[in-house]
Amino acid sequence: MAKPKLALYWAASCGGCEVAVLDIEVKILDVAAFFDIIFWPCATDFKYKDVEAMPDKSITLCLFNGSIRNSENEKLAKLLRAKSVVLVAFGSCAHEGCIPALANLTTKEEIFKTVYLDTVSTYNPEKRFPQPITKIKEGEIEIPVFYERVKALDQVVDVDYYIPGCPPQSTQVAAVIEAVIDILQNGKPLPPKGTILGAGDKTCCDECPRTREEKKIKHFYRPHEIFADPNKCLLDQGIICLGPATRSGCGALCVKANVPCRGCYGAPPNVHDQGAKMMSAISSVIDAQDPAEIDKIIQEIVDPVGTFYRFSLAHSTLKGANL
Amino acid sequence: MEFEPRIIAFFCNWCTYTGADLAGVSRLKSPANIRVIRTMCSGRVDPTFILKAFELGADGILIGGCHPGDCHYSEGNYKALRRVHLLRKMLQSFGIDEKRLRLEWISASEGDVYQHVATEFTAQIRSLGPLNWKQRFEQKEPKEQLIAV
Repeated sequence: MAKPKLALYWAASCGGCEVAVLDIEVKILDVAAFFDIIFWPCATDFKYKDVEAMPDKSITLCLFNGSIRNSENEKLAKLLRAKSVVLVAFGSCAHEGCIPALANLTTKEEIFKTVYLDTVSTYNPEKRFPQPITKIKEGEIEIPVFYERVKALDQVVDVDYYIPGCPPQSTQVAAVIEAVIDILQNGKPLPPKGTILGAGDKTCCDECPRTREEKKIKHFYRPHEIFADPNKCLLDQGIICLGPATRSGCGALCVKANVPCRGCYGAPPNVHDQGAKMMSAISSVIDAQDPAEIDKIIQEIVDPVGTFYRFSLAHSTLKGANL
Repeated sequence: MEFEPRIIAFFCNWCTYTGADLAGVSRLKSPANIRVIRTMCSGRVDPTFILKAFELGADGILIGGCHPGDCHYSEGNYKALRRVHLLRKMLQSFGIDEKRLRLEWISASEGDVYQHVATEFTAQIRSLGPLNWKQRFEQKEPKEQLIAV
């Protein structure tokens, strides 16, 4: 019997998700033994035209990481959707936009201006910007069109499952791959479409070992402004920790390293907007009733959108700024 | 056609909703632009509701609760107050004028205050113009080649 086919692709991403796949250590050998890896630009030398030549639905499983930033990302998302039976948004970028989506707070023009004109190391006296099509004497050459907005994978194509995390934890990746092999080998039914795989159904706080008391915040600290007590809830100490509004599954890795949760596993079940939920939680525990004092405490939250929506802006209710 | 603001109001069951009702019963004229959603407490108004309302086409949002110290659940209105302050700061980053979100304390006996606030807020939103969140967001995409060589 022919082996099931596996494809991995990176769109607008940092490469961390690729490392997360390799981080499953010796299990990667099971993956290579069980699957026929037919497309993985980071590790193998297959071309886009090889994928285009495949019949529709011939790839059993596609793990797609990265958000949709430009026309190449979108083209590959549509291509892999057509060729794959199961398409998985792998990692926070594909799941809900992640760090690249924070660019939705500014415009394409501003980004180009910063990158191609304003940075100190840039030398561009003719003020040239990249053009999607450039005419040269041999003909035309083309580069992808940079979009105005960053989107998550499911805002462009239909997605079957999600594996959250920035990057997904290797133990969770290994468990999902094991489950997939089990399903394919033993003909078990697939989980319902839209399921979030490789994560829990509670919040990060549920996995956090710290002791919690009743929260009353008079002052917010940024992590570098305070020596955090390693045994006390970080939020109790006035450090903004996204644990209460973040899905469990990572094993509370960051808080165990005395660093607040930043929310990369996305919203917990039944929460539609992670940032709004976190704002709700934070404002409930601010210990002030006087408007002026409330304002003073809130001013200590330096970048509310970047803090509460660090990983989920593309998927949030407002999706980006109106500029 | 003249712009008619769409305003979503979240009024607490015990004070502001009853106050707005009193305004009606007393035949005090107030703008019909305000669509009221009754909640048990202003502290029940989750920031998600507010963002969702803006996303779905609200031009302004009015939250009404009991006066400080009068909350039926003792401090729900203070939670609403802190949420509104934090949300105002957030809305600026999203490019939404913070004046589109307003919190007022209106008691069950203050029908006239409701009339005044509703009239003033509707006029303010009218002068700010439509927000049209969804349309603005969608219009962003097609303009591809804004930057010339």
